[in-house]
Amino acid sequence: MRAGQPAVSGQKWGQIRRNWGLYVLLLPAVVLSLLFAYKPMYGVLIAFKDYSPALGIGGSPWAGFKYFDKFFHSYQFSTTIKNTLIISVYSLVTFPIPILLALMVNQMRGNRFKRFFQTVSYMPHFISTVVMVGLMLILLSPSSGLLGSVYRLFGAEAPDLMGSAGWFSSLYVWSDVWQHVGWDSIIYIAALSAVDPSLYEAATVDGASRWHKVRYIDIPMLMPTAITLLILRVGGLLGVGFEKVYLMQNDLNITSSEILSTYVYKIGLLSSQYSFSSAINLFNTVINFILLILVNQISKKFSENSLW
Amino acid sequence: MEVLLYIFAVLFLIILIYPLYFIIIASFSDPSSVANGKVWFYPKGFTLDGYTELLKHKNIWVGYRNTILYTIVGTAIGLAVNIAAAYALSRKDLVGRKFLSLFFIFTMFFSGGLIPTFLTVRDFHLYDTFLVMVLPFSVIVYDIIVARTFFQTSIPGDLWEAAQIDGCGNLRYFFQVVLPLSKAIIAVLGLWIAVGYWNSYFNALIYLKNPDLYPLQLILRNILITNQMQSGMGTGEAAQIALRLASMMKYSVIIVATVPILCVYPFIQKYFNQGVMIGAVKE
Repeated sequence: MRAGQPAVSGQKWGQIRRNWGLYVLLLPAVVLSLLFAYKPMYGVLIAFKDYSPALGIGGSPWAGFKYFDKFFHSYQFSTTIKNTLIISVYSLVTFPIPILLALMVNQMRGNRFKRFFQTVSYMPHFISTVVMVGLMLILLSPSSGLLGSVYRLFGAEAPDLMGSAGWFSSLYVWSDVWQHVGWDSIIYIAALSAVDPSLYEAATVDGASRWHKVRYIDIPMLMPTAITLLILRVGGLLGVGFEKVYLMQNDLNITSSEILSTYVYKIGLLSSQYSFSSAINLFNTVINFILLILVNQISKKFSENSLW
Repeated sequence: MEVLLYIFAVLFLIILIYPLYFIIIASFSDPSSVANGKVWFYPKGFTLDGYTELLKHKNIWVGYRNTILYTIVGTAIGLAVNIAAAYALSRKDLVGRKFLSLFFIFTMFFSGGLIPTFLTVRDFHLYDTFLVMVLPFSVIVYDIIVARTFFQTSIPGDLWEAAQIDGCGNLRYFFQVVLPLSKAIIAVLGLWIAVGYWNSYFNALIYLKNPDLYPLQLILRNILITNQMQSGMGTGEAAQIALRLASMMKYSVIIVATVPILCVYPFIQKYFNQGVMIGAVKE
């Protein structure tokens, strides 16, 4: 930010002084970020300390990598990592579905149907996570839910999906697809609407079929957007959200539903082991960060797309 | 080919709509009919007991009031903070623009994590206060990026040059020229933020202790997921009735919590598409 030449520097100061109003506009966001995003980053230090509230972050004695060691050797280590990875890789597999939906919407001719279709497909996105999980519990209940009724129609007994460890990841991932596929497709629909119509016209003249146009115009058009989003997704591979998993968790499915973020919450806030919890959290963040950089690097090398 | 496409589309719509439709008809039906699998296409044993029972539930009202307050105040703060920052960052003549952008974007990828953030909030004496629900996490970097792109592409730079010549300062220009031209982006971000507040429960779970401050979602969680309704209701016939009412309330509570947000969104949907599109444009 500092300019080498004093003359340029003076010019910059002049510009800053002239535009002081802009810095006033930035001030609230900067202050809030400093207080609630950057200050906690300093707090990450407690992962390396035997934190005691009485002594504070600075005063607590150093513990080195004790808590990381404790985590690596705990029986929850492999379970939480495995569960986290299974859920996130599984979600990654569903990544192309919104793209398929966008390609489909783009093929629709009737404008009214198209609009109706889109309106309805976004709707579930606005349902809160609590209601979403509540819905699943109600609909999938083997005794009083829709699932139970369907099974009884065929004279069979419904399985307790929400209370089974084997079903947890599938329920998590596919309910997410159900809820967000329409919404996630908007960005691709927007990208497709930017295609120059003359491209299609030229393709028609050359005798291209509908499928050809999708294959050679639409899909390449979507690639940059898709790759950018994919990088972000892979960068968050270990960052599976706390909210929904925590709500879906119960004693029966805990063996496959305990993930890093729920474990951090339980260790930290429910049993007040602040340093241990922060160590697990930091481990998670660092891996995410490395993954993000790695994937971005790979993408830079093999395609033109990267985040920076 | 064409026919296949539409068949698939209609199937897709049914999968999306039916579960929601089922909740609606179940909320008006006799719970034993629902449990026995008699409710499929329309309500059976029509009753409003679920709703009347819900109205008697004091917690719901407290939660509703709190959520409305959090949503209004939180959205106002969020809009003010993010729109202002986004506009400043959109100006090419802002010295330190690159650094400031990075300052915000870094927080998207790296954070202190749950415990350090919790300790920070507690140190500021925000734990268990109204303010913790609307202030600390109101900077939303993604929204800043979307709004910044909007300002860059929709507010012509010449306008500022002209205003400057007329002796107009940055602040007056922002409030009197930029904001009136930016209704679309204000609508989009406003709704995004409002939906976020309406639906959020994580902050309440972590930072609130006092039930009088609980937002609707936390109360919903107690009714829908942790089944706190059913515990400690005694035995025998009274318990049976309580259980019946609780199962009825599950449907009506979903409707009552979700309908307001679903009602607003079709009106503002066209702005939504615009907003996402703006967000998709790379700088």
